Amino acid sequence: MNLFTIREKARAAWAAFALPGQPRILVGTATCGRAAGALEAKKSLKAALDAYGLAESVPVFEVGCNGLCYAEPLVEVTGHDGRRVLYRNVDARIAARLVESHLVQGEPFMKRALCVVEGNPLDGLPKWAELPMIRPQERIVTRNLGFIDPDELLHYVNRGGYTGLERAFALGPEGTIEEVTRSGLRGRGGAGFPTGLKWGFARKTPTEPKYVICNADEGDPGAFMDRSVLEGDPHAMLEGMLIAGYAIGASVGYIYIRSEYPLAVARLAQAIEDLRAYGLVGENILGSGFSLEIKIKKGAGAFVCGEETALMASIEGHRGMPRAKPPFPAVSGLFARPTNINNVETLAAVSAILEKGADWYTGFGTEKSRGTKTFSLAGQIQRTGLIEVPMGIPLRTIIEDIGGGVEKGKACKAVQTGGPSGGCIPGHLLDLPVDYENLAEAGSIMGSGGMVVMDEDTCMVKVARYFLSFTEAESCGKCTPCRMGTQHLLRLLDTILAGEAPPGTLEQLHGICETMKCSSLCGLGQTAPNPVLTTLRYFEDEYSHYLAGEVRRYRIEAEACEGCRACAIACPTGAITGDRKKPHLIDQEACILCGVCLQSCRYNAVSFVFEEKAAR
Amino acid sequence: MIEAPTANPTERIHDVCRRFGPDRENLIPALQEVQESEGFLSPEAVDVIAGYFSLSANNVYGVATFYAQFRYHPPGRHCLKICQGTACHVQGSGVLLDAAERSLGIRSGETTEDGDFGLEELACLGSCALAPAVVLDGVVHARQTPKKLNALLEKARS
Ligand SMILES: Cc1cc2nc3c(=O)[nH]c(=O)nc-3n(C[C@H](O)[C@H](O)[C@H](O)COP(=O)(O)O)c2cc1C
Repeated sequence: MNLFTIREKARAAWAAFALPGQPRILVGTATCGRAAGALEAKKSLKAALDAYGLAESVPVFEVGCNGLCYAEPLVEVTGHDGRRVLYRNVDARIAARLVESHLVQGEPFMKRALCVVEGNPLDGLPKWAELPMIRPQERIVTRNLGFIDPDELLHYVNRGGYTGLERAFALGPEGTIEEVTRSGLRGRGGAGFPTGLKWGFARKTPTEPKYVICNADEGDPGAFMDRSVLEGDPHAMLEGMLIAGYAIGASVGYIYIRSEYPLAVARLAQAIEDLRAYGLVGENILGSGFSLEIKIKKGAGAFVCGEETALMASIEGHRGMPRAKPPFPAVSGLFARPTNINNVETLAAVSAILEKGADWYTGFGTEKSRGTKTFSLAGQIQRTGLIEVPMGIPLRTIIEDIGGGVEKGKACKAVQTGGPSGGCIPGHLLDLPVDYENLAEAGSIMGSGGMVVMDEDTCMVKVARYFLSFTEAESCGKCTPCRMGTQHLLRLLDTILAGEAPPGTLEQLHGICETMKCSSLCGLGQTAPNPVLTTLRYFEDEYSHYLAGEVRRYRIEAEACEGCRACAIACPTGAITGDRKKPHLIDQEACILCGVCLQSCRYNAVSFVFEEKAAR
Repeated sequence: MIEAPTANPTERIHDVCRRFGPDRENLIPALQEVQESEGFLSPEAVDVIAGYFSLSANNVYGVATFYAQFRYHPPGRHCLKICQGTACHVQGSGVLLDAAERSLGIRSGETTEDGDFGLEELACLGSCALAPAVVLDGVVHARQTPKKLNALLEKARS
């Protein structure tokens, strides 16, 4: 089939999906939507439509995540007037009322309406593009999320999909690499290596066959950008992968995806099947002479397998341990053949760049960090979700405008970027422009895009300990600096937190960090000290308390306590007593200082002071 | 043609292996499929797989034990996994794990004596925006509290 015929079919498919004047319902059913109850909401919507005899005339479609995850489950209803209204927090009960109000009575259900996506304005409701969470965003990688059925290749085509591949064929492999180089795109998997340059290396190596790999391992805890893209618009990445394969001359492609993402795996499998049906994967794609097979490989639960050489060892069926570079994958990668590996987001940007051109792409971002970056905004922030912003945007815009600030009206103590390889940027640096250089200067990294916000009560030493416990468990053990370094750092942090650190502990921490940075085999060990180093740099006073033998001692303020029992239920030692609706009390003898009460309180009634440990 | 499942576990495991070619590249997918159908990797299963791929059992264990996904004991009838990702961590996943351990009377990584529940920790589920999250029998539940979690467990018990 050629693209002309596919586009004709796409127009027909789109007409069935978005017929003007045709009422319809969209339900966001990506993983977080489902976790919040989207499938129950969908069932309830269908039942209500049935009950009102609307089952035939109002189709219900599943779409990906539009990024407003805090408001899940999200449902968009198009009424008979063609106005599209987005609703938030639609549980099964609200779902039924939406149908009754919006579709039967013709009155949008204002109590849960979030915005007007399209059509005539409604009093008191912002438009989609005016939402505070959306306004600062620039959606390139996430261009289709929430607006198409991810299982429909034709929807993607109708929104301009596979035009980029067509253009790549016209430019030829060298011209395609030139275009990507000119766009200034840098790898979004963490290191920020220029994508065009990397493709050029793989193209120049004469050995065959060559491989192209999509890294969808997304192991950083706190990151879910790649999952959202694959669940909501798998073709955006797949088109990029085809373009990359064509540019370097690959014949086989692998998608290495973590097994914790079953829905993304299913969406990819469906998408590849559809590509085959339309002649967009396999032999002689669109008559271009270029052939590519794409296979899915599921990870088996090892963080280090996100590292490219470990990932390749894992695909080959071995323990996923990294090896020294060079040789780089572009020279000798998978099965010792030239291999190009890119992150999901990198590839999803490639398809847009080839479609719209390098010049268009360089219009976003900064001189050295072109384009946009997706972030998963999570932690103690009002509006959590998946966002995409131009590079160079101030961190404050992300936290305060997009995210709506910290939860419970608290102050922002730190923003963690880059996962276990990254660091904590303190609240006083919120005006930092977000790009590769500035984040690195602040001691953190861009990383893959996890952004976890921490409020004023967060114990930064515990945060460092959390990341070290992660890297210690995930260190593959091949090289000594990482294997032993992570263990020692973790042990030292434990003694610090217990208020039992001997003099010289800080120096020891610094020493181990330096050794790991300069002598570990792969990025895991080289960057594992970052959470310790940045917390030491910005929050040394917290370390000082512990080093002086003090610990956090928790108290409940009687005036603020509502007696809701949340802390008492959460307390692991039963140290909290008090009647319902009466102020509670912590028995300091029984308290093990875990801080769970502080976390579970919704009324800001729990506070802490540093006190000498022995004073208990 | 879909073949009817055979009663004999060895046969069944062999059937799973035969869906893949005996190349090393297929070892991990085969281990994953066998665990999917059998619930865990028994010594017998590892022997069958090793034979199929012409590897030693040691070799197969060497690969399998590297990855957190593989289990070597039968799992509980219900499987509760508690996400320990960063966002879940700062939103109180530690409290949840503790509550689950107390409610089930087991530690993370164990199975209750009656075989009803297994409890596991999870690196990151990617449901960070709705933290803290847990997975009960493959279904993700968002914004959990110890109270909600206990209600979930109660429901699964009955
Ligand atoms: C410990 C470790 C984990 C990594 N995890 C990932 C990951 O989950 N996803 C990813 O795309 N890259 C990850 N990387 C980076 C990859 O090694 C590689 O640089 C990247 O896939 C290249 O793609 P890009 O050029 O498109 O960024 C990881 C690196 C290290 C050292």
